[in-house]
Amino acid sequence: MMLRFHVHWTRLSARNFVPFNRTVYTAKGDAFFMENKCIIDLKNIAITFDGEQILQGLNLSIKDGEFVTLLGPSGCGKTTLLRIIGGFVSPDSGDVFFDGKRINDLPSHKRPVNTIFQRYALFPHMNVFENVAFGLRVRKKKEDEIRQTVEQMLNLVNLRGFEKRNISTLSGGQQQRVAIARALAVHPKVLLLDEPLAALDLKLRKDMQVELKKIQQQLGITFLYVTHDQEEALSMSDTVVVMDAGQIQQIGTPQDIYNEPQNAFVADFIGESNILDGIMHADYLVEFFGRKFDCLDHGFDPMEPVDVVIRPEDIDIVEPIKGHLTGTVTSVTFKGVHFETIVDFKGFKWLIQTTDYYAPDTTIGIVLNPEDIHIMKKSAYSGLFGDYSSYSEEFDELADPDAAPEGGAAE
Amino acid sequence: MKTLSRIYNTLIFAFLYAPIVVLVIFSFNDSKSRSIWNGFSLRWYEALFYDEEIREALGVTLQVAILSALFATVIGVLAAVGIHALNKKLRKVFLTVNNLPMVNPEIVTGISLMLLFVFIYQTTGLLRTGFLTLLIAHITFNIPYVILQVMPKLRQMNQHMYEAALDLGCHPTRAFFKVVMPEIMPGVTTGALMAFTMSLDDFVISYFTSGSTAQTLSVTIYNMTKRPITPVINALSTLMFGTILLLLLAVNIYQIRDDAKKKRTV
Repeated sequence: MMLRFHVHWTRLSARNFVPFNRTVYTAKGDAFFMENKCIIDLKNIAITFDGEQILQGLNLSIKDGEFVTLLGPSGCGKTTLLRIIGGFVSPDSGDVFFDGKRINDLPSHKRPVNTIFQRYALFPHMNVFENVAFGLRVRKKKEDEIRQTVEQMLNLVNLRGFEKRNISTLSGGQQQRVAIARALAVHPKVLLLDEPLAALDLKLRKDMQVELKKIQQQLGITFLYVTHDQEEALSMSDTVVVMDAGQIQQIGTPQDIYNEPQNAFVADFIGESNILDGIMHADYLVEFFGRKFDCLDHGFDPMEPVDVVIRPEDIDIVEPIKGHLTGTVTSVTFKGVHFETIVDFKGFKWLIQTTDYYAPDTTIGIVLNPEDIHIMKKSAYSGLFGDYSSYSEEFDELADPDAAPEGGAAE
Repeated sequence: MKTLSRIYNTLIFAFLYAPIVVLVIFSFNDSKSRSIWNGFSLRWYEALFYDEEIREALGVTLQVAILSALFATVIGVLAAVGIHALNKKLRKVFLTVNNLPMVNPEIVTGISLMLLFVFIYQTTGLLRTGFLTLLIAHITFNIPYVILQVMPKLRQMNQHMYEAALDLGCHPTRAFFKVVMPEIMPGVTTGALMAFTMSLDDFVISYFTSGSTAQTLSVTIYNMTKRPITPVINALSTLMFGTILLLLLAVNIYQIRDDAKKKRTV
């Protein structure tokens, strides 16, 4: 069943259009989930730069109208993937399909996708109006049509009255909005966004996240969004694609990705995780730290070694006698919403987020309910993540080159 | 210490500019003497105007300067864009190759160009030394200066701007003229001005490549020194010095203004 709302651009300014919604009601009144057609299809994409494998045999299908996020640490190949779709980089092998047609050899200026670049890439010698009108002028639209579209777009991004302003007089957030208006003015079927909010401060970034999501829902066009910020990915996306080392680690809804990570990399990259070695004795029964726990996972071989994920916010602290496990508090950091408590269990340090304060050197007990335990198959990432022995926030920040916005834009 | 450095500075500038000052002063001297001041006069400047040989040389000089600046700018900009698009390693190689002719002794450039022209003439009968060979020589030594001025502008530009234009549906050629050109324009202008100045300024290379049919002002001055010298040379040299000084000032002011504009927008 293929159903799609066609958003009329002329109605945008009136703001009375039907918001794009994936749940469609049939004449009988029963709802079904709409099967969107696939708009971008990547098959076996591989690319090497200077002898370094950036993407290896990557497959990805993107459905029409979805908000898809490519999430991963810097250098994982997410920006390269976006540039392949935009037509700025040709893959060494593999095919790019758009709407069922192979577009490998289509130059970027003929592709029906538009890009929001990391540093906006506005044209500084043109004012706001001319920037937004650029794509329309290239398409030789009539002057009154250009005027009308630019006005609609500036309304859409809340920049009414900024037409005559010089680009250099705008703040970062305003420049970002102009970049969005400029890309949307040519009515792309897919909008590619390359870390568009990375250069904005935290407060502005949050506002823009909400606004971008709203714009995407209003227009019903596909957004392919690249970020290394897991919170951004979780809060905006319909689908999150987690990438590392040129490969897709997991594809799923934000909830899936957070609650059911497929391997230690995903568990560690999305939120905080304690990751332990365990042995799956039978379906719904896992052993770790010499004790058997009930869990909700099944489908493993008997006695299969597994990775056990326990989210720090799921752990209940109780008196030592009542606990499944007992440990000693080694350090406590106040975080506002909660305390981050590092607890030593037989030499393995866990992170526990608790609203109650437990002083260092206190002995505590913890209770783990079946729904708090998530089991993953062993992977290449096993043993690399999830131990908080050397936990330090500074280290996290130092290890992230994207934290410094002045870093090289090219990936 | 301070006075010592002041004296030192004064001495340096005195050695640098004293000859020019003497030259300028005696260009206004109302006598043929190069040592005795006979009063202020513009007679040597007047004589300049009636000198057929000098007027012709001026025409050649200006034509060569304008045309060579024009061609060198077009070729230089294209070359700079090409070099900029190369990977880091190749870019370094090309920039070094580009810088070599600027430090290469002019006489080597001049003689090698002359030998090349003579070789071509003797084998094909084309390119007899004259205006055309002079122009080609000037274009050749001007190109590196244009590239040197344009490269930093290309580097300063937001690298995604050209891609953004393509992304919005612009054909690559049009994207270059609509988006890249306005960004590198300050570099292109200073490059063109530099090329023009360098062309006016040149003697050695012109001397070897112009032949007998087309002479630039500097070659004419040199030829004049072989005959009994008149202060017309002083007047002509003063004018050339003044023109080049003004041009260099213009280039500098233009660059300072451009930098100030950049600073304001950042």
